[in-house]
Amino acid sequence: MEYFAQQFINAVQLGSIYALIALGYAMVYGVLSMINFAHGDVFMLGAFACLLLTRWVTPPFPVVLVAAMGATAIVGILIERLAYRPLRGAPKASAIITALSCGLVIQNTTLSLSPYPQPMPAILANTTHQVAGVSISSIQIEIIVISIGLMVGLDLLIRRTFFGISMRAISFDHTSVPLMGVPVNRIISLTFAIGAALGGAAGLLYGLAYPVVGATMGMLVGWKAFVAAVVGGIGNIRGAVLGGFILGLVEIMSVAVLPSTYRDLIAYSLLLVILIFKPYGLLGSAPNQKV
Amino acid sequence: MKFPTLIFSLACIAAGLSGCGRPSEPTIRLGLNVELSGEMPSVGASSKNGAQLYVDKINEAGGLEVGGVKYKIELASRDNGAKADQAAAIAQRLISQENVLMMIGPNSSACAIPAAEIAESLQCVMIAPWSTNPKTTQNVTTGKPKEYVFRGCFTDVFQAEALAKFARNDLKISRAAILYDVASEAPNGQANLFKTTFERFGGKVTALETYTTGDRDFSAQLTKIRASEPEVLFLPAYYNDVPLVAQQARRQGITIPFLGSDAWSSPEIIKLGGQDLAGSYFCNHYSTEIGLPEAKAFVEAYTAKFGQAPNDLAALAYDSLGLACESIRSARKLDRKAVRDALSKIPKYEGVTGLFHFDEGNPDPVKSACILQIKDGKFSWVANVNP
Repeated sequence: MEYFAQQFINAVQLGSIYALIALGYAMVYGVLSMINFAHGDVFMLGAFACLLLTRWVTPPFPVVLVAAMGATAIVGILIERLAYRPLRGAPKASAIITALSCGLVIQNTTLSLSPYPQPMPAILANTTHQVAGVSISSIQIEIIVISIGLMVGLDLLIRRTFFGISMRAISFDHTSVPLMGVPVNRIISLTFAIGAALGGAAGLLYGLAYPVVGATMGMLVGWKAFVAAVVGGIGNIRGAVLGGFILGLVEIMSVAVLPSTYRDLIAYSLLLVILIFKPYGLLGSAPNQKV
Repeated sequence: MKFPTLIFSLACIAAGLSGCGRPSEPTIRLGLNVELSGEMPSVGASSKNGAQLYVDKINEAGGLEVGGVKYKIELASRDNGAKADQAAAIAQRLISQENVLMMIGPNSSACAIPAAEIAESLQCVMIAPWSTNPKTTQNVTTGKPKEYVFRGCFTDVFQAEALAKFARNDLKISRAAILYDVASEAPNGQANLFKTTFERFGGKVTALETYTTGDRDFSAQLTKIRASEPEVLFLPAYYNDVPLVAQQARRQGITIPFLGSDAWSSPEIIKLGGQDLAGSYFCNHYSTEIGLPEAKAFVEAYTAKFGQAPNDLAALAYDSLGLACESIRSARKLDRKAVRDALSKIPKYEGVTGLFHFDEGNPDPVKSACILQIKDGKFSWVANVNP
């Protein structure tokens, strides 16, 4: 029994990270109907921001978190301004390729500046607690708590603020919304900023949980989170969170029960089956109603 | 029709001229196909340093004497990014375009195997300094050894035997678990060979778990491993994965020692892994504590030039260059086939990693392995295992 309890904790931790990253994808898609493939690399920048910030001084963790989120938010805004805005009216394929290229540019620039994997400084003390035969580390708990906190915060933002309503309005119909006094460009920039900040926070937490940081760390996780976002319902914030946790659960549980070599085969087959039955994702719905 | 022809001719002239520009003194160009960026840049960097040290030693002494003429050695280093396809492309480029006489590297088996295919088909000698996977020197279709690809180190078959013997006889262990990267050639081969060899010596493999290249969360596999109650965990992974596995294992309350392969040899592993790896053992090609005079001189020269002690990658690259130069010298001409024949006939070569020789028709050398332990933040020599 405690074997499964342990695996469940493992799944929740992994799932919360996927969920946090998936949120970034969902937000951008919800507003612009565009998949921000550079998101995985923005996530990686969050971890690197932490490395930079802690190089000479050791600020307390909340300061590092906020600073990393701020830095990645700026990167998000820059990408939007320089790469995505000029292509707003262009065919979808062009926008996708641009996003992919942005991601590769970020990744390779970082790679050229830091070719060696680096250890992440332990700015959060990591103690392991034994609860009823299950090992749970303090970092795992902190990741789960912070991720859920950020997700709840985002949900409130979407539902209770002017920004949130504007965001939803833009995803509904972006041509008539400017006529109602909504500063579309500013809202879009803000959306990217928040999405990127969440990605950056996820990167920092991921770096703390798996403390070897390399420029390519965003690629695999980014893609997986994207899959999670789609399964949950791309464009749907709550769906992204659900998708993230489902992916984490499926990955861990398939290893727990079957030989680990089949993990990816099982996890992705299951997701494929979900999509066959619910093509718009678990919480998604047909195009004219999003978020 | 005149304009395109003009452009075409100019292009041909330009292409022809780019082939010229050779230095005025006679030079031999040797190719170095290494991992300077990507997943394991430390591997390529050490390798390149070792190779460069040997080349500088030869050049400073006036050059390599081949059939009465002294040649300078030019080392053309190219980055394969630790990716199989790039390694193959670099091999192609070095052999066909840059016309190297021999190619040294790549290091990781995942890169060495495709590069070896290219070298074999283009009939250019390749020495793989660090790749232990048997497939590097084997012809995939016939199962017979390749003609043009040689190895500078022992194979995984020998390594698995060395580790299994050490675990059974020295550590007196009968239950082992294995966790490895199923998508990477070397770890995959090593894990399976260790399993068969360990079981052959009377041990039991309690868990055989896998992950894929790029994975960072091993919590599920480790929970399963812990439940199987092993006495040691064999982790044949490269230096970037091992610290993560070690840390997560310790977090889950797994206190048993780890056993590693030669892929652990980068000193980066201590920097990244810290306390979690203390007390672990691994099999290696080389130890700076080997007492031979030539080895000591090498350690001194390397430390003086690069500021840190050499590891097995540097030492093997140094020896591979040494083997290469020796074969060119005894071939007495700059012909790839002659050099190949000379290499296979070297009766005994004293390198910094020990004594080598190649048996007739076998591109894998006969040499010993050493077992090292990570203790007090550095590698210390424990035992030698002879063939």
